[in-house]
Amino acid sequence: MSETILKVSGVSKRFGGLQALSDVGITIMKGQVYGLIGPNGAGKTTFFNVLTGLYTPDSGSFELGGKPYQPTAVHEVAKAGIARTFQNIRLFAEMTALENVMVGRHVRTGSGLIGAVLRTAGFKAEEAGIAKRAQELLDYVGIGRFAQYKARTLSYGDQRRLEIARALATDPKLIALDEPAAGMNASEKIVLRQLIDTIRKDGRTILLIEHDVKLVMGLCDRLTVLDYGKQIAEGTAAEVQKNEKVIEAYLGADHKNH
Amino acid sequence: MKTNKLTFVIVAIGLAVLPLIAQYFGNAWVRIIDIALLYVLLALGLNIVVGFAGLLDLGYVAFYAVGAYMFGLLASPQLTDTFPGIAAAFPNGLHTPWWVIIPLGAVLAGGAGVLLGAPTLKLRGDYLAIVTLGFGEIVRVFMNNLDAPVNITNGPKGITGIDDISMFGIHFGRTQTLFGIDFPKVTNYYYLFLALVLIGILVCYRLERSRIGRAWMAIREDEIAAKAMGINTRNLKLLAFGMGATFGGVAGAMFASFQGFISPESFSLQESVMIVAMVVLGGIGHLPGVIVGALLLSALPEVLRYIATPLQQMTGGRLDASILRQLLIALAMIGIMLSRPRGLWPSPEHGKDVTPDSLPVNPHLNLTPGEQIPPPVSPIVPTVK
Amino acid sequence: MDTFIQQIINGLVLGSVYALVALGYTMVYGIINLINFAHGEVLMVGALTSWTVVTALGKSGLPGWLLLLIGLAAAIIVCCTLNYSIEKIAYRPLRNAPRLAPLITAMGMSLLLQTLAMIIWEPTYKSFPILLPSEPYNVGGAVINNVQIMILIVTAITLSGLMYLVNKTKLGRAMRATAENPRVAGLMGVRPDHVISATFIIGAALAALAGVMYAANYGSVQHTMGFLPGLKAFTAAVFGGIGNLAGAMVGGVLLGLIESLGAGYIGAITGGVLGSNYQDIFAFIVLILVLTLRPQGLLGERVADRA
Repeated sequence: MSETILKVSGVSKRFGGLQALSDVGITIMKGQVYGLIGPNGAGKTTFFNVLTGLYTPDSGSFELGGKPYQPTAVHEVAKAGIARTFQNIRLFAEMTALENVMVGRHVRTGSGLIGAVLRTAGFKAEEAGIAKRAQELLDYVGIGRFAQYKARTLSYGDQRRLEIARALATDPKLIALDEPAAGMNASEKIVLRQLIDTIRKDGRTILLIEHDVKLVMGLCDRLTVLDYGKQIAEGTAAEVQKNEKVIEAYLGADHKNH
Repeated sequence: MKTNKLTFVIVAIGLAVLPLIAQYFGNAWVRIIDIALLYVLLALGLNIVVGFAGLLDLGYVAFYAVGAYMFGLLASPQLTDTFPGIAAAFPNGLHTPWWVIIPLGAVLAGGAGVLLGAPTLKLRGDYLAIVTLGFGEIVRVFMNNLDAPVNITNGPKGITGIDDISMFGIHFGRTQTLFGIDFPKVTNYYYLFLALVLIGILVCYRLERSRIGRAWMAIREDEIAAKAMGINTRNLKLLAFGMGATFGGVAGAMFASFQGFISPESFSLQESVMIVAMVVLGGIGHLPGVIVGALLLSALPEVLRYIATPLQQMTGGRLDASILRQLLIALAMIGIMLSRPRGLWPSPEHGKDVTPDSLPVNPHLNLTPGEQIPPPVSPIVPTVK
Repeated sequence: MDTFIQQIINGLVLGSVYALVALGYTMVYGIINLINFAHGEVLMVGALTSWTVVTALGKSGLPGWLLLLIGLAAAIIVCCTLNYSIEKIAYRPLRNAPRLAPLITAMGMSLLLQTLAMIIWEPTYKSFPILLPSEPYNVGGAVINNVQIMILIVTAITLSGLMYLVNKTKLGRAMRATAENPRVAGLMGVRPDHVISATFIIGAALAALAGVMYAANYGSVQHTMGFLPGLKAFTAAVFGGIGNLAGAMVGGVLLGLIESLGAGYIGAITGGVLGSNYQDIFAFIVLILVLTLRPQGLLGERVADRA
């Protein structure tokens, strides 16, 4: 029985004179890969930032896993169950790959000052568990052998995968990827696509912003197309591809390019 | 491992007999070591704030002052002299025992740390520095002026007559004799301070290699990404402030007891700057570096005092010991930063670099059995069994 | 009421000094993101240099105002050279170093300058001779003398001159461009090193002027005199909006007024609990309040885009 992981409706956000989002709503079911596409400036990253607590929307209601979701602070988002990656890759550059993923486990673990200083048995067990899980996740995304390597020295594609591993470490209900294929070459994109597929097969739910139309159409179960902050189409890849408004937005009958 | 154990034993014995050897040359030498140890404690505390969490605190001396004045007020005639009510309640004088004062000082200073840290959480790095500097000055001015209308701190004259510490029947202030060897006050306090420093080092070491240490490092690296991973940056920053302040408070209490007298002069901005310099010059975030920095900046100028006398005569009195000390510290700060901007003993780079040579031909295939990349030891990660 | 006017006058005079020094801080911060802790010491060097010149020429029979002018010129020359050298020797090599390194160097430089001044000029307080006719004028019950009038006028002229320089000249444009984006400015033909040196030199001239005026007004000079005013001037720059010239001016004058009025009235306000000896921390209290309520400062900050 498929459950609704994320239900968003009526999200609007205005920045001064610009209506970045008007009345956007999406519903994502468990195990789906949901795509968010649209031309540059359409509001995709704004929507992401609203969803992950970086912006406060002017209006909109959210439900995550059936419960109302209203993060007042950015750090509550991961705790509630949404983990994200960033368009510009925000890794902890001077920490090793393993440490990066271990930080991802922070929100699901609890030992604090006392445990750290006194090195209680509980603390030690938790630490070992964190390290083990982190290594598992590195192996899962395919960069297990780079565990002890400094994050900033990894190749671009590997850094992206590391970010995904770190997001997975938070045990999210929904993992939100912000343009994960940006800057990748063809073979890296194939690997990425396989990874996202694997994540989906393992029962996770994914929200994806992406520009690479081929990648998106092949991967996503459902899509929303944004243009100038408005939702101009919603449906399966096939449906969306045939939608006139979408074609107009991308190929531009009268639309100017940025 | 045998060499490690042997080194450990040698160092332990060395530390144990150091004061006994030094006092042979004069108690003044032991005194220098004692003060140096206090500065090590302060530097360790500040390192938590600046080195681990990446928060530039230029008013750290405020916590030193809180601890010192707390000890001074609770273990001296100051309050009983000013308030007849207290004098009546404590006819023998206010002599709060150490096992009340030290935890109390730690808690009070820790609380002050959280209090002073709270307004700074949203500020950018350099603004944070100036605001914390301001707090340090505010504390000092209050200590300097709370002698009117009610005399609490005795203002610029300071508090005198502060008790020595007395533990388990051993009165640290008086010379004890053991096995025919004299243990004067300075030596007694040495062992106390050394114990505190060792505890401090242990606490810092363990904190760094823990979930909290990693979270601090994440905040330092990229605060937004840290928040996105669910790290409550506000609480963790406050924790850093609080922990650092606790170290300062305990050091302050020890200082008050050791010196027997405190005044606002000891808690100036200059002191905060000195402690920051110790951390940065030593090697920010790196415990051995920080310790070296503290020892260097506190003990060396004192030691060089002895060379100062001939210089003083040469320049007709213009260059005396304290001027020379200042000069040296200033030149050290400038010189060391110009030659080694990461500090004298910075953190060794941890984590290997993925160079093209170490990558197999097709990075997406698994390694062939013959290719081994030996994992370097990372200090933060416990070895995965 | 006359106390009020008096405190306003005192505040404006003090604020003028703060504004001049704050400008030096804000210009340097805006362009290389460095809190130049040694800037207050430049004020001190300016004051002490002019003192030396003025007392040396004291018996020469030259009119007081001329001595003041010569002293000022000497101070400006010495300070500009000093600041230029400091930037070249101590700050330039650390431009790409970890953020804390130049800060420590600046603090070390501050300490060094104070110590050297103590050695050269000896730690005693020296009195700055009275060079201008000192009869006070009566303004609505308060008094103001020639030195103070001169301070207000000179500061006003200097500030306008600086605004003209920054907004209407080639150098000013180069400075603003470098402050916003040094890399692109470089691509446009601006030499960042030259611009940065110019910034330090201008800042030094302002500080020297402030130092001489401070000495003339308050009458005494000593090697520690620059530290606290320097610090307060920096807080003024911050709460006016760091990197923002107008902010530094406004911040400096405001701070002077707040300190004067505060010191004058704090006894009355707190019922005698707090006295004017708390004056020194007004700057910090104001700073903390402003940054809590408006983190970018009163007029907004202007700092370089460090992408």
